[in-house]
Amino acid sequence: MAEAQNIPVGSTTAGSIAVAAESTVVSRMSAPPSFDVADFPVPHGREEEWRFTPLERLRGLHDGTAVATGEGVKVEVEAPEGVTVETVGRDDARLGRAGTPVDRIAAQAYSAFEKAGVVTVPKETVLTEPIRIAVHGQGGIAYGHQVIELGAFAEAVVVIDHTGDAVLAANVDYILGDGAKLTVVSVQDWDDKAVHVAQHNALVGRDASFKSVVVTFGGDLVRLHPRVTYAGTGGEAELYGLYFTDAGQHQEHRLLVTHNTPHCKSNVAYKGALQGDDAHAVWIGDVLIEAKAEGTDTYEMNRNLVLTDGARVDSVPNLEIETGEIVGAGHASATGRFDDEQLFYLMARGIPEHEARRLVVRGFFAELVQQIGVPDIEERLIAKIEEELEASVA
Amino acid sequence: MATLEIRDLHVTVEADNATKEILKGVDLTVKQGETHAIMGPNGSGKSTLAYSLAGHPKYTITEGTVTLDGEDVLEMSVDERARAGLFLAMQYPVEVPGVSVSNFLRTSATAIRGEAPKLRTWVKEVKEAMERLNMDPAFAERNVNEGFSGGEKKRHEILQLELLKPKIAILDETDSGLDVDALRVVSEGVNRVRETGEVGTLLITHYTRILRYIKPDHVHVFSAGRIVESGGAELADKLEEEGYEAYTKGGASA
Repeated sequence: MAEAQNIPVGSTTAGSIAVAAESTVVSRMSAPPSFDVADFPVPHGREEEWRFTPLERLRGLHDGTAVATGEGVKVEVEAPEGVTVETVGRDDARLGRAGTPVDRIAAQAYSAFEKAGVVTVPKETVLTEPIRIAVHGQGGIAYGHQVIELGAFAEAVVVIDHTGDAVLAANVDYILGDGAKLTVVSVQDWDDKAVHVAQHNALVGRDASFKSVVVTFGGDLVRLHPRVTYAGTGGEAELYGLYFTDAGQHQEHRLLVTHNTPHCKSNVAYKGALQGDDAHAVWIGDVLIEAKAEGTDTYEMNRNLVLTDGARVDSVPNLEIETGEIVGAGHASATGRFDDEQLFYLMARGIPEHEARRLVVRGFFAELVQQIGVPDIEERLIAKIEEELEASVA
Repeated sequence: MATLEIRDLHVTVEADNATKEILKGVDLTVKQGETHAIMGPNGSGKSTLAYSLAGHPKYTITEGTVTLDGEDVLEMSVDERARAGLFLAMQYPVEVPGVSVSNFLRTSATAIRGEAPKLRTWVKEVKEAMERLNMDPAFAERNVNEGFSGGEKKRHEILQLELLKPKIAILDETDSGLDVDALRVVSEGVNRVRETGEVGTLLITHYTRILRYIKPDHVHVFSAGRIVESGGAELADKLEEEGYEAYTKGGASA
């Protein structure tokens, strides 16, 4: 049977918001952030940050037994003129500036990668074409690090595509200079066996805008950890996510927006559809508004559509507020089943069952897809959703 | 001429771990161009008849036959019934979030007609049908039944009736919850479809009010899961004056 947690809509006035006391977003991690894997104990699965993740399917990323192989992933960067693309060693000063690993696998990735990629868009450079980064799995184990840095007032769209089969742990840093605008679309279109664990760290400059679109379709286990902090006032972060979890897949998205600076905005919206036995989606949406972050405006939302029996969703929004001097803060999470009455209504108008299902799922995602703002990506996502539905409904 | 024939229809429903028989042998023939009103008290099984004909999975047919022009309706899936020419205007139309009315109508018309209607004529067709039902054009961009008022939902059902042009239309308590103005607009819509002579109408209602706008050729009184009396329009007048009391009491002892 489908097991669906249902958490009603919350708002700043609801009792479901934890006003920070002893337990905070940061302190309930089992160890403080560190670049060194030795600072984290091997997880046993009962820790707050690991309790939803099937450790046995991590292929050793969490306990040090996964050793990088030669045939890990192949990374190809295609960038328009004016963009600097580099491969650098571990000692490069630009690495790790946007955030510090917060769990053992992120620290393992940081401790184990050999070469890092750095993509730099110089200040005031406005790109008209996206930067495309293709990460293609070759069947092996890999640890990676990627930095994408935009100078002041630069504007860019970056598409990171994950395909093939691999066991990959990585950290990705996004550094936005003052007034910069960055849209990153990270597509996890892995083969069925792939395992992908990554921490995304965005450091949003003064008056800068960061938009992250995370799209997860493939993989045996995907666990992503997008995080945002602000380097100056007036920053904006929009974090959108879309996942389609099939039978046997574990797809976990854990977000943290830390409002550490006054007058910044964040908006989080993730939507997922699930189908098939043991399809498991996890969404953790944490927002922390620190005492000094007056004038914060934040909202986070997660919606899940359970299409068949046998799927499971864990959706946990969490908002911690250390100051009352804010513009707004709210969260909502809801998980619903595909409704047989909807199906009946559509079919009673002559629409065949598979088309009726497609109509409903497409409608569910449409509003989010429209937020992406990159037309060729929007079209590709719609096509991908259709493909997923086609494969399942047929 | 299209004919819907219902013979000795028995229908059960599962409720509280028990099987309950709701329809106990319904016989009815509806021909294209005719309008039949089915009237009866709450709980008599009128809506069960409507949903059973449309193929709702909640209901189990245990006995009897339903044919449309000789074709076995009970063998058909819900969408096949609709494509064969059956239409059910629902008492409680269902919300479908994320699906716009315009997308829904076009998908439905494409399914029923067997090909996508030509875009230019289709837009005009929908626009005119909506105007006739006093519907705001902005309606087309709203999600199906989401946030619709009771009147809007019923007008949307009749809009579909006008666009899909079924052979047999079953209107399940289309009048319930409507004020007089909305009732008039909706009834006019039904009458436009009836006047084509192309549709057989099965009008299910609890009240006689709607029969002032839609004149039935035949009136059937429904009680305890079957038709207990049939007559012409004059039977509705009798019900208007006397109510269902005679039938519910008589039904119990008969």
